[in-house]
Amino acid sequence: MKLFKDNRNAHVMASPYMAWAFIFIVVPLCMVIYYGLTNADGAFTFDNITTILKPGYLKALKRSVILAIISTLVCFLLAYPLGMILASMKLRKNAYIITLFILPMWMNFLLRTLTWMTLLEGKGVINTILEFLHLPTLNIINTSGAIVLGMVYNFLPFMILPIYNALNRIDENVINAARDLGADSFQTFCRITLPLSMPGILSGITMVFIPALTTFAISTMLGGSKILLIGNIIEQEFTQLYDWHLGSGLSIVLMVFILLNMIIENLSDNGGNS
Amino acid sequence: MKKRFVSILLTCALFSSLLSGCGENDLSKYPNGKLYVYNWGEYIDEDVISEFEEEYGINVIYDMFETNEIMFAKLAQDNSAYDVVCPSDYMIQKLIENDMLKELDFSNIPNAKNIGDQYFEQSRDFDPENKYSVPYCWGTVGILYNKTMVDDPVDSWDILWNDKYNGQILMQDSVRDAMMVALLKNGYSLNTTNPDEIAVATADLVAQKPLVQAYVVDQVRDKMIGGEAALGVIYSGEAIYTARENPDLVYVVPKEGTNVWIDSWVITKDSKNSENAEKWIDFMCRGDIALKNFEYITYSTPNTVAQENIEDEAIKNSEVAFPDLSKISTESYKYLGYDADRLYNDAWMEVKSADY
Repeated sequence: MKLFKDNRNAHVMASPYMAWAFIFIVVPLCMVIYYGLTNADGAFTFDNITTILKPGYLKALKRSVILAIISTLVCFLLAYPLGMILASMKLRKNAYIITLFILPMWMNFLLRTLTWMTLLEGKGVINTILEFLHLPTLNIINTSGAIVLGMVYNFLPFMILPIYNALNRIDENVINAARDLGADSFQTFCRITLPLSMPGILSGITMVFIPALTTFAISTMLGGSKILLIGNIIEQEFTQLYDWHLGSGLSIVLMVFILLNMIIENLSDNGGNS
Repeated sequence: MKKRFVSILLTCALFSSLLSGCGENDLSKYPNGKLYVYNWGEYIDEDVISEFEEEYGINVIYDMFETNEIMFAKLAQDNSAYDVVCPSDYMIQKLIENDMLKELDFSNIPNAKNIGDQYFEQSRDFDPENKYSVPYCWGTVGILYNKTMVDDPVDSWDILWNDKYNGQILMQDSVRDAMMVALLKNGYSLNTTNPDEIAVATADLVAQKPLVQAYVVDQVRDKMIGGEAALGVIYSGEAIYTARENPDLVYVVPKEGTNVWIDSWVITKDSKNSENAEKWIDFMCRGDIALKNFEYITYSTPNTVAQENIEDEAIKNSEVAFPDLSKISTESYKYLGYDADRLYNDAWMEVKSADY
């Protein structure tokens, strides 16, 4: 920590990260904006961005936003109680239980999604078991339901960890004080626990909503390519149609949504602090 | 400070030894340099690659693509990324028109004589003077169906619109192959550039969407073998393999006709290893190698030596593997130009984004 007290030293120490951020974040971003605002001849145009208003594209964007909101909501509803349970266990050094939730992330994301495909298929593992037990079969592969399932499964840890951290950091004395002053469990939760865990909730929402909004792998594999999300369209523009300009233009539109999400997060974060 | 210096020195030493180690190894094992090959997925017997490496001392870097369009995007971005590529007919035409291919020197590819004349003749549709391409595989597109799940006669593309098979149909997830099905169903040419005809085909595909289980490419094969679907649009080359794995599967070319396609080896314009690339093409044309590939991938070979040496009589005389093209109505894809490409892509986008 002493090192960083000297301002100049801190500057030098930070320079590799600044260079990294410049090369891998700022430069690509500028390229996306350049391609997005020009046409094949290099002339300035807004056409690539306004393409989003065409029916097919708008439909895909709407569908992506709706599915991303549903997935985020489901993740939150699953993660919050779980976070509370984990926090109440008062684990020493957070130990193995937390590792259990991170463990699936050690496996490749595509591989895990592919596994869901084989599990959910019409004659897949789950249906074979259900049939064996003479239960009705599950037919959600290639539907929006399967995509939401894939998103929730893949992104849940990103919701659990920040919420758990935030809940863990709440000073027990604050809760005890509330109880001493006559608040019941529900009041304590609403007025103490929930507001204090807000930063965790917000970063969890961002970390789930953004990848859910932009995914194309999950919708391709679990949606059977029947459900087109905005991420799929952008991917196709680059890989299949070789139209970098349109692909970049659509990415800019998506970035606006991501910025909106972050602005809302910042606003409510400041509100919580003041 | 001293410690840090030592650690940097050690790291450098480690890296340089790693690099030089690689170099030496490469040179002794592969004295004749490298070759970047870009081919369809599951489209070669992998033993053939190592045989080529051993025989010629060339290190092969082998990559795969799933559709012609993905391949084109990659080459348009960096033409020298690959030396030898195996696209289909219409895409070869597009590559030629965009000046992205190198003329072949056939004196370096003596085994090209093994390829049947009729295939070179057919290639003139997209490579008018046979200057750029050597045929590798060819075939038709048809319907693969499971005879335990389908009780109607399968002889027309219409069956893919039969709502009895709701959720049991697999369509190709690539623009030309999907549009082809709907265009032929309506009796149009599969190379039409007429916007009205394309609109009719698009509407048909949108109407078909609720019945479709999934739009897939390579997965049609495994899903049909696993009994996941009753009907699927598939390349003829998969028919022998799928019938071997699941005897209930039958391949049919519908009466309205089909696309007859050729996939050929070409060399990229900016290839840095074009001599090695010609050696590769020559090797692929060798009778024994072509036969080995045929037995593994089961896509019809245009190699006459390989055709004669097929041991299994049933396959040698198979109507599916080597159909008599005079008996069915066929047409090859042509590159339709930028505007028509956009028409097709917009139509396909409309189908894929439609609600159902």
